[in-house]
Amino acid sequence: MLRFVIVTGTPSSGKTSVMLHTIRQLLRKNVVVAACKIDCLETSDDERYRRLGIPVAVGLSDYICPDHFYVANLEEIEHWARDEEKAEIVVIETAGLCHRCAPAVNGCLSVCVVDNLSGIDTPKKVGPMLSTADIVVITKGDIVSQAEREVFRHKVETLNPRARLIPINGLTGQGSLRLYQEIIRYPAMETISEKELRYPMPAAICSYCAGETIIGKNYQMGNVKKVDFGRKY
Amino acid sequence: MLEKISILGGNDKAGAAEPIKWLDVRTGEVLAVVGPTGSGKTQLISDIEQYASGDTPTGRSILVNEQPADKYAESRKIKHLVAEVSQNMNFVIDMSIEEFLLMHARIRSIDNPGKLVEEVLEVSNKLAGEPLSNTDNLTALSGGQSRALMVADVALISNAPIVLIDEIENAGIDRLKALEFLTGNGKVVLVVTHDPTLMLLASNRVVMKNGGMNKYLPTSGSEREILVQLTNIEKEVSLLRNRLRDGETI
Ligand SMILES: Nc1nc2c(ncn2[C@@H]2O[C@H](COP(=O)(O)OP(=O)(O)OP(=O)(O)O)[C@@H](O)[C@H]2O)c(=O)[nH]1
Ligand SMILES: [Mg+2]
Repeated sequence: MLRFVIVTGTPSSGKTSVMLHTIRQLLRKNVVVAACKIDCLETSDDERYRRLGIPVAVGLSDYICPDHFYVANLEEIEHWARDEEKAEIVVIETAGLCHRCAPAVNGCLSVCVVDNLSGIDTPKKVGPMLSTADIVVITKGDIVSQAEREVFRHKVETLNPRARLIPINGLTGQGSLRLYQEIIRYPAMETISEKELRYPMPAAICSYCAGETIIGKNYQMGNVKKVDFGRKY
Repeated sequence: MLEKISILGGNDKAGAAEPIKWLDVRTGEVLAVVGPTGSGKTQLISDIEQYASGDTPTGRSILVNEQPADKYAESRKIKHLVAEVSQNMNFVIDMSIEEFLLMHARIRSIDNPGKLVEEVLEVSNKLAGEPLSNTDNLTALSGGQSRALMVADVALISNAPIVLIDEIENAGIDRLKALEFLTGNGKVVLVVTHDPTLMLLASNRVVMKNGGMNKYLPTSGSEREILVQLTNIEKEVSLLRNRLRDGETI
């Protein structure tokens, strides 16, 4: 039995900082935690997780979309965390680059991390990653005004009224206790096989996916969509 | 209506029970949180913000109207029980003061937001040294103007009944008036401060030591007299500053 905690969110929103504080609380209760970071080309997050003394894996998607890569590896991550590392909880930190994808899977606790600094229009831009999350963590409240915190929170609530909102200071860990409690309360599951994504991933099968680099119609094949300049906004 | 919050003592950094076991702060009251750096002032504030219920490192619990803080907030659908103003906070949204305040007021479902926005601006102008105007961009405000606007917004628009003020002594705003506005609007106010004037402006103070609430002291009559002297000295300093700035010799 394993609990999946899937952490999504915009780049540099504080995903790792928040999870480090939260995992520390889990470790204090002797829960066995493993962490897996998915990214495209490079990450140093594994070093930060490793300093907690927990098993850490890194998946770099390289030329593949990091979210597709992540989904295609969920069973392997489960096997590694549950069977090899005997973990009770696996934290998967996704790359969260393209806001079209939502890595949330039914039966997994999905945590989306957004920060107050990113501006009040960000929650809307983040799209399904935020609207399918069980928990939305809002960071960097320590450096913006109370008024902006309230407005930002309202925007998040409008987009995902179902989620639990948890403000956390990624620097001090203030607020991470509530995330810890949500994780502890979340049911473990038998296996992730056959579970379903909450939101389908986009079709991405054009010539550029396959390595094409030249601009121009003659080089485009497959799923190609064009800008509609006549559209009224 | 919020009547009071209570802080139930836990333990200090050494694990010993805190000398103060139960501390009430009532609406309209200002509690100063004082003590040397590292004495646990921030942790106390953090316990209140997190609605601690014996689960934080200090083991403290926070009650609102004698009810656990999280239950109180949940049953009344209060999203922000605590508002905070500190000198690390800035406005980061690229918008005019008026646009933003209107947006904030609408979110709070306030009737006649236009009128309230004017009031907020009026209060900000009483607090800030330099005048603010409706059309000023938030990100272009000076430190003093920002803090003044934050206090005015927290007093009039924000729904949070508990206000935490963290070291705004250097923020360049009229601190006395700021506290008056906040408490006058039915808030419980806690001020973390190293500034003797602010300490004595408070109705009571809690002295932190080694992570624990060590002493709870009311501001005495003779301390109030000292406060008057302090305020006079400050006025004098401020006059001197202005004269020097204006090119006078003194
Ligand atoms: N002031 C402040 N800074 C924060 C907070 N949370 C995170 N940071 C800082 O924001 C930066 C990014 O934090 P990370 O935890 O690395 O963010 P991330 O989302 O894991 O970043 P990537 O994995 O690279 O996308 C770091 O410099 C953190 O110290 C916060 O609540 N307040
Ligand atoms: Mg990270």
